[in-house]
Amino acid sequence: MNPLSRRRFLQISAASIVAAGAASRATRALAASTSPVPRRGLRRVPTFCDICFWKCNAIATVRDGRLWKIEGNPDDPLSHGRLCPRGTGGIGAHTDPDRLRAPLIRTHERGEEKWREVTWDEALEYVAERMKKIAAEHGPESMALFAHGIGGAFVRHTLKAYGTPNIAAPSFAQCRGPRDVGFTLTYGEDVGSPERTDIANTDCLVLIGSHLGENMHNTQVQEFATAVGRGATIIVVDPRFSVAASKAKHYLPIRPGTDLALLLAWMHVLVTEKLYDADYVAKHGYGFEAFAASLAPYTPEWAYPETGIDPDTIRATAREMARCRPATLVHPGRHSNWAGDDAQRSRAIALLNALLGSWGRKGGLYYPASMDVPGYPYPKYPKPKRPPVDNPGKKYPFASEAITTGVREATISAQPYPIKGWMVYATNLMQSLPNQAETIRAIQALDLLVVIDVIPSEIAGWADVVLPESNYLERYDDLNVDLFREPYVALRQPVVESPHDQKPGWWIAKQLAGKLGLEAYYPWRDIEEYLDHRLKGANLSLAQLKQCGVVRGPHQPIYFEEGVPAEFGTPSGKIEFYSNQLAKAGFDPVPRYQPPEPPPAGAYRLLYGRAPMHSFSRTQTNRLLSDLMSENVVWLNATEARRLGLKSGDWVRLRNQDGVVSNRVRVKATERIRPDCVYMVHGFGHTARGLRHALGKGASDTQLITRYKVDPLMGGTAMNVNFVTVEPQMEA
Amino acid sequence: MTPVEFTTYRHNPLIDPGLHLWGWQIPVYLYLGGLVAGLMILSGYHVLRAQWDRDRAHGHYVTAPLLSLALLSAGMLALFLDLEHKLYVWRLYLTFRVTSPMSWGSWILLLVYPALVASALLTLPDALPRLVRLVPGLGRLASAMEARPIFVQATGFANIALGVMLGIYTGVLLSSLGARPLWNSALLGPLFLFSGLSTGAAALHLLSHLRVPEARDEGDFGDALISALVHWLRPPEAGAEGHRKLEHADNSFLTIEFALLALFLGGLLTSTAAHQAGAQLLLTGPWGAPFWVLVVGAGIVLPLTLQYLQAQRKIRATIVPAVLVLGGGLALRFILVGAGQASAWTISLS
Amino acid sequence: MARYIMVIDTRRCVGCMDCVVACKTEHGIPEGYTRDWITETVRGEQPTTQLEIRSERCNHCDNPPCVYCCPTGASHIHERGGVVLVTPEKCIGCKACLAACPYNARYIHPDGYADKCTFCIDRVEKGLKPACVSVCPTHCMHFGDADDPLSDVSRLLASRPNHTLLPEAGTKPRIFYLT
Ligand SMILES: Nc1nc2c(c(=O)[nH]1)N[C@H]1C(S)=C(S)[C@@H](COP(=O)(O)OP(=O)(O)OC[C@H]3O[C@@H](n4cnc5c(=O)[nH]c(N)nc54)[C@H](O)[C@@H]3O)O[C@H]1N2
Ligand SMILES: Nc1nc2c(c(=O)[nH]1)N[C@H]1C(S)=C(S)[C@@H](COP(=O)(O)OP(=O)(O)OC[C@H]3O[C@@H](n4cnc5c(=O)[nH]c(N)nc54)[C@H](O)[C@@H]3O)O[C@H]1N2
Ligand code: SF4
Ligand code: SF4
Ligand code: SF4
Ligand code: SF4
Ligand code: SF4
Ligand SMILES: [Mo]
Repeated sequence: MNPLSRRRFLQISAASIVAAGAASRATRALAASTSPVPRRGLRRVPTFCDICFWKCNAIATVRDGRLWKIEGNPDDPLSHGRLCPRGTGGIGAHTDPDRLRAPLIRTHERGEEKWREVTWDEALEYVAERMKKIAAEHGPESMALFAHGIGGAFVRHTLKAYGTPNIAAPSFAQCRGPRDVGFTLTYGEDVGSPERTDIANTDCLVLIGSHLGENMHNTQVQEFATAVGRGATIIVVDPRFSVAASKAKHYLPIRPGTDLALLLAWMHVLVTEKLYDADYVAKHGYGFEAFAASLAPYTPEWAYPETGIDPDTIRATAREMARCRPATLVHPGRHSNWAGDDAQRSRAIALLNALLGSWGRKGGLYYPASMDVPGYPYPKYPKPKRPPVDNPGKKYPFASEAITTGVREATISAQPYPIKGWMVYATNLMQSLPNQAETIRAIQALDLLVVIDVIPSEIAGWADVVLPESNYLERYDDLNVDLFREPYVALRQPVVESPHDQKPGWWIAKQLAGKLGLEAYYPWRDIEEYLDHRLKGANLSLAQLKQCGVVRGPHQPIYFEEGVPAEFGTPSGKIEFYSNQLAKAGFDPVPRYQPPEPPPAGAYRLLYGRAPMHSFSRTQTNRLLSDLMSENVVWLNATEARRLGLKSGDWVRLRNQDGVVSNRVRVKATERIRPDCVYMVHGFGHTARGLRHALGKGASDTQLITRYKVDPLMGGTAMNVNFVTVEPQMEA
Repeated sequence: MTPVEFTTYRHNPLIDPGLHLWGWQIPVYLYLGGLVAGLMILSGYHVLRAQWDRDRAHGHYVTAPLLSLALLSAGMLALFLDLEHKLYVWRLYLTFRVTSPMSWGSWILLLVYPALVASALLTLPDALPRLVRLVPGLGRLASAMEARPIFVQATGFANIALGVMLGIYTGVLLSSLGARPLWNSALLGPLFLFSGLSTGAAALHLLSHLRVPEARDEGDFGDALISALVHWLRPPEAGAEGHRKLEHADNSFLTIEFALLALFLGGLLTSTAAHQAGAQLLLTGPWGAPFWVLVVGAGIVLPLTLQYLQAQRKIRATIVPAVLVLGGGLALRFILVGAGQASAWTISLS
Repeated sequence: MARYIMVIDTRRCVGCMDCVVACKTEHGIPEGYTRDWITETVRGEQPTTQLEIRSERCNHCDNPPCVYCCPTGASHIHERGGVVLVTPEKCIGCKACLAACPYNARYIHPDGYADKCTFCIDRVEKGLKPACVSVCPTHCMHFGDADDPLSDVSRLLASRPNHTLLPEAGTKPRIFYLT
């Protein structure tokens, strides 16, 4: 029985039980929001956040008609009533003076960022005409959609109705893809988002990268703090002394790109010292012997020169993990596109968890549940005549989602067939895809580039048509029914009106469908009708959700202990220590280590990550958040800095292996990073002129990531493979 | 000691990256305040002297009160210009905060004015004879006051007392701010007082050297004013009594100021690390050069020597020493206000 | 007579600055100004580096020089919980209090008066927690009455090692950092 069917069996009860309880909770939490919209006084409106993909449930307070503050919804299983700084600062996204205000049509060369303002009708007419032309000349498959996040639901719907199979998001090949593939190969299920990590109950948390506290995925950070507070053993593996590392009992400053060696050595210790969960492995494991045998060479002594982690520490930490099992959680990570061996590294993490018996166990990786809220009964989509272009001939056999960079490649090469149009919703491809030159080359090959955004982002700068969407606080979106610790369904609803001529995604998608002659795919009059119809399917109602924002289902079993059936969607139906799938496809059936290329003399490996108060490249014009951090800095090891005659605050430029030179950026000379790498926060160094507040502040890691290693299993783009030199910058 | 990296993400204007609350206004205010304090003490003393020594040359003493009124008002203006919430300045006089030097100061200043006006009236006939002739009322008032010794003595003592308070206050204003270790010394008050006295004496000294041609002795009020100016700017015949007195006074004030300065820094250097760091700002730090050159060198040592030589009749008397002392006093205020804001406690790490 | 204090657990704090944003939105602090802020102190060398992250603000000192030096009484000690406050209508903007605060916890509001953390006395009097405390995703901030031995702030201080900032400045600060 796969997780989907498990979810189905639990829903019927769920909705009914909750429908009762919800109303009371609602009224308790939000009496105010029931009264008719007052111009003066306070109004509290529940909705869910969209500054990142965690989708915390929030309550926005409007004072005298103006957005005052946004707080967590106390009934929310994700936020427990406390948002992260980005969610709290969401007001700045609504009031951002740099926002797109009206639809734009390009008047000059692509990329010159010169447009004329037009009416929505003219803009959508323009788009529809060209989409029809593409369909006529090349087939609807030649129109690709990049859409990231829940807001893209309706644009996706329209494009599927239009008939294209080419729909991708950077959340796979640039984000969690390798992890999900590595885990699916091992357990037959991926980790999902929100991650199924039981950090709250773990006794030993192992973070490999995963910079929780900077990576501000709310529930993860809250549970991390709980674990720290409970005195759980924290083991952090990171070339940089991350915030998480500062909370750790064991900090392992690993040589970048060598994590697989450490993982293998850990597993070697667990197996040779018989510290692993033998019963669990015997019961659920497949191909353990072959796997165990393959570990023989990977002694801690072998791993030492690779990783720089001394054998004693490797043994000590392995034993600590064993001591706490099964409540030991080796965090699967999320952004796992590092070195090129990523799916296999993730598989090794999956296997380490298997040895510790933590999959399906309390304090390990639980089985998430979700409410079953039936989708809207739409007519069937037309069957595309041609397969997706992103992964021709299943070049990457284990890719489980569309590969953005694959679509880009096809657009450049026109192979297997030409891609003539891009629609881009809520993803700044110029910042999120490696090698900007390739992205630009692809764009040059297009007949149509439509960008739906809220601010004049870099990708919008290249668009033929820019469509300004209403901010998440100003619109309805589809329901959120993510898999999680507890089942829930949540509503995003407008809190305030859009300040200018912005329109919500659902409206844009519906209008466009109309102009494309696809009315049949939009049977509902407006989104409230759509949402209410879906909610009725779960014995709930829009009115109810508008009051309380989130409705929780009753607790479901999430551990084996609680009766979750130990079934695995792998070919063998077991946890695959040895993978025949991989063997058949010509890959290592058990993870095998390949050393990374060392940095050239005088150069540093470029690493990047998150700052708690920013999301990717989308928050730098948010005045509230940029007030906390207006530019990123380059972390440089203190000793290296001294060698280069640099101190914190000095200006430098970074030059990568291909001669690309970064913006001017300040140095952070610190003990908190290894001498062989530099680090910067992703999302800064904006070049789009319309982003007045962010323009030229800090440097862009993406600009320097001209090189990327493609994961042979699933097509993910490893980006920690670029090397930079640091060039002092005299002029202020 | 292990290396320490300290990062703060605060970025408040006037506070970060370094404190810069006060620009030129406060140093100027403190300077003029001190100068006036000096003048008040000197002229107060003169007013008393005049009591039992009717017919001695008044010289430039008589101009001190008028001059003080002008300088003090200029200083108050500078202070006002520094206020960030100007419209609320009247709040100063709705309360008296015994713990607040600034409150003390604003009330002292309120008393200083009448004292100065009184002594100005007393000396008006000598200072502005033409004006008095034009506005006989003033003359009558003046002589009425002079006729009452108690009043004259009260005026004299009041000027001396208030002068001392004012002078000390300008220093206490800073020394009470414990958060800035450099200022955190009880000697700052006396130091500013004696700096005030030396500049006060220097100011009078300077006046005694100014000469301007006689003006015609008739015409309207304008002429009256001009000729009045001319009159009271005219110094006594060279080598006169008061003249040499001033040189001596000035030298003794300077010597005491010098001693206090040394004690002030010495005190800091023997105090906590924060205080030592504060003192180093002046001795070796960024403020070292201006401090040694302008305050110590040009402001104290040089004029001392010159005036000593003048006193010995080794060199001709010039206004140079007076100008140097006045300049040195101003530099002292600017440098202490500036360096003080750069001096701070550093957050303990434990 | 309550004595409000704040106890902040540096072991849980991740430096996310949610406390800073929350303060800015709750009180409409103008862009470019802030009542609270984060500091990071790094000691030692890899791999034995130590990092202390602190959420800092006015310490509502028991012995507040900012109040003593204020010529108008604008800076005062509130009867409720001994919180140090500023009355804008009494403030002349002389900046003495800014100079008097060893923590540089004050700033001059664009409207001309001295401003700083109020311990959210307006919220506290409504029975709410300070905004920064109420949003903190790691639950590392605690606010309460030090005179009540049963309050969680009192219990935390009794049970865990802690320190204040610049005790040597003699201001008797009332924000305590658990280590
Ligand atoms: N505030 C905030 N939080 C976010 C986001 C955001 O935009 N802003 N984005 C969210 C999303 S979508 C994602 S995918 C996640 C990403 O967040 P994570 O999944 O935590 O991303 P990582 O790449 O694992 O974390 C980066 C860390 O890995 C370290 N690192 C780099 N190379 C190596 C290596 O070779 N070995 C090891 N062991 N460590 C290495 C870096 O030093 C850095 O500390 O963050 C999520 N949370
Ligand atoms: N160099 C580098 N590349 C990376 C990463 C990295 O760390 N470094 N991280 C990778 C990861 S983990 C991920 S998940 C991806 C994320 O990649 P993206 O999803 O592309 O993230 P952003 O760069 O924030 O781009 C989001 C765009 O959506 C717009 N937007 C925001 N809100 C709305 C809205 O409500 N409606 C509409 N229509 N648009 C909106 C923003 O203005 C912005 O232009 O990037 C990946 N790429
Ligand atoms: S983690 Fe933060 S940004 Fe993401 S949804 Fe939750 S509150 Fe919003
Ligand atoms: S919100 Fe809490 S965790 Fe975040 S910085 Fe402030 S105190 Fe620390
Ligand atoms: S921290 Fe500063 S402002 Fe706050 S009470 Fe103490 S001295 Fe006054
Ligand atoms: S600035 Fe305002 S609050 Fe501060 S000392 Fe002056 S008057 Fe008092
Ligand atoms: S207590 Fe209130 S005023 Fe003080 S920092 Fe926190 S939120 Fe701001
Ligand atoms: Mo991601």
